[in-house]
Amino acid sequence: MSQLTQQAPFPGVFYCRPSPDSDPFVEPGSSVDANTTIGLLEVMKQFVEVKAEAAGKVLEVLAGDEQLLEAGDDILVIDTSGEGA
Amino acid sequence: MNGRLLIANRGEIAVRIVRAAQELGLTSIVVHSEADAESLAVQLADEAVCIGPAQAAKSYLNIDAILAAARDCRADAVHPGYGFLSENAEFARRVEAAGIVFVGPDAGLIERMGNKSEARATAMAAGVPVVPGSPGPVVGIDEATSVAGDVGYPLLIKAAAGGGGRGIRTARNESELREQLPLAQAEARAAFGDDSVYLERYIERARHIEVQILADGERAVHLFERECSLQRRRQKVFEEAPSPALSEKARQQLCESAVALAEHVGYRAAGTLEYLYDDDSGEFFFIEMNTRIQVEHPVTEMITGIDLVREMIRIALGQGLSLQQGDIQRRGWAVEMRLNAEDPDKGFFPSPGRVEKLTWPTGPGIRIDSLLYEGYRMPPYYDSMVAKLIVWDETREAALKRAARALDEFCLEGFTTTAGLHRRLLDEPAIQNGDFHTGSLEVWLEDQSQALSQSESQLRSQAQSQLRSQPQSTSVEEAS
Repeated sequence: MSQLTQQAPFPGVFYCRPSPDSDPFVEPGSSVDANTTIGLLEVMKQFVEVKAEAAGKVLEVLAGDEQLLEAGDDILVIDTSGEGA
Repeated sequence: MNGRLLIANRGEIAVRIVRAAQELGLTSIVVHSEADAESLAVQLADEAVCIGPAQAAKSYLNIDAILAAARDCRADAVHPGYGFLSENAEFARRVEAAGIVFVGPDAGLIERMGNKSEARATAMAAGVPVVPGSPGPVVGIDEATSVAGDVGYPLLIKAAAGGGGRGIRTARNESELREQLPLAQAEARAAFGDDSVYLERYIERARHIEVQILADGERAVHLFERECSLQRRRQKVFEEAPSPALSEKARQQLCESAVALAEHVGYRAAGTLEYLYDDDSGEFFFIEMNTRIQVEHPVTEMITGIDLVREMIRIALGQGLSLQQGDIQRRGWAVEMRLNAEDPDKGFFPSPGRVEKLTWPTGPGIRIDSLLYEGYRMPPYYDSMVAKLIVWDETREAALKRAARALDEFCLEGFTTTAGLHRRLLDEPAIQNGDFHTGSLEVWLEDQSQALSQSESQLRSQAQSQLRSQPQSTSVEEAS
């Protein structure tokens, strides 16, 4: 199985859902492609959507909601072995 | 009274207040989040207290944590700076209830002037002109269309509890008003927990001019005006004092109206009254009051020589207003350029990072208010403003030339700031002539970004044609 661990592109506060009352953007088992938003990263009071870096299935979400991330910290793991299937 | 001042803020304004406190002989105590343990304010203050994690909601906005710190360190007074809890009536009330002086007006006044609709009614009662609009909140569409019949289009629909440019919608005709009003009310409810909205005439080519006042509860004085029309997304970018637009007569009327309003409400603190000024008609209209020290206060300090932060602390400590209006003289011209850790060429995207190398401009008439030092790492959690470069000279023309010289001397390695944007702005004839309004900067930025993308595409096509003519020897990188 080929996997991709996606990392934070810049430091910030990670949000796994669009608002406190909403469902998470993705969960283990969710299918993603390069247009799928996997979370929000807040940097200097601006919110930036983080898109999945590869198509596949989410295996694990490593970053917690409202967790402070440094650039390069792990966000989630995507199983890319079924890509294109 | 132990002479201990707690500073409930961060960044450059915390540094600014530490300096004022030390000059007054007070012990300066800054609160800070875990992310700000290495900040300049922490280093310069006499004492520092950690109040929580990086997120502002858990530290700088946490009233319980700040009050606990204030009690633990036996603070006599709390200065809230700007932003965060500076205009939070509950915070002011709880500080006072704990037997500690709040450096600002009392909670009732923060509440009254913080509600835009109520501030507007207060201004009218004090005889200060307001933008034509609804006398108070509008309830339904019938009331709104009736107001529109009197005031005319275009109209702004504004949340009564709004601020910082949030909760504002435009209606250019009745069908837009019918469409926008319920949306504006829903937004106001979601954002501010209060669905009251009111209507105002939309003045498309207006200047934003504000008057700085100091007051002790009985008497108020003004320290002239600031011109803050150069804004992006309703956030100020470049400010100056005085305004290049006002005649002496208009200046006097404007400043006197601000004093009248401050005295009408028995205001006690430093404060700012914001106005829209119509260049064509010479009319001015009160829009709102800020019950705190503002980011752009240094330009007023530069042209009057008065330390506003020191004065506001003295007033809060019950020493009364030491100034008479006749003591306050205006001299020369000052401009302030906000330097943000943002890349103007990439849609103002934030650029956090470490300060690798830093050279501040120096020389006559230059002031830097900043949180930066070499080796400092910008935390990603807060506002992107990293410095204010304030420049004074005898005339406006000389001040702008000196500002350009100062920006040329400034050197920061480690991340991008908006300094380059200011340098380009200073070369613009419209800026040099003082010919702009609140919409000018957005239009200019749009033109700049179009010019940039055009020159990029020209470069690309040049590169491609070179590639075609020299396919063997030139790589894309070399050609472009």
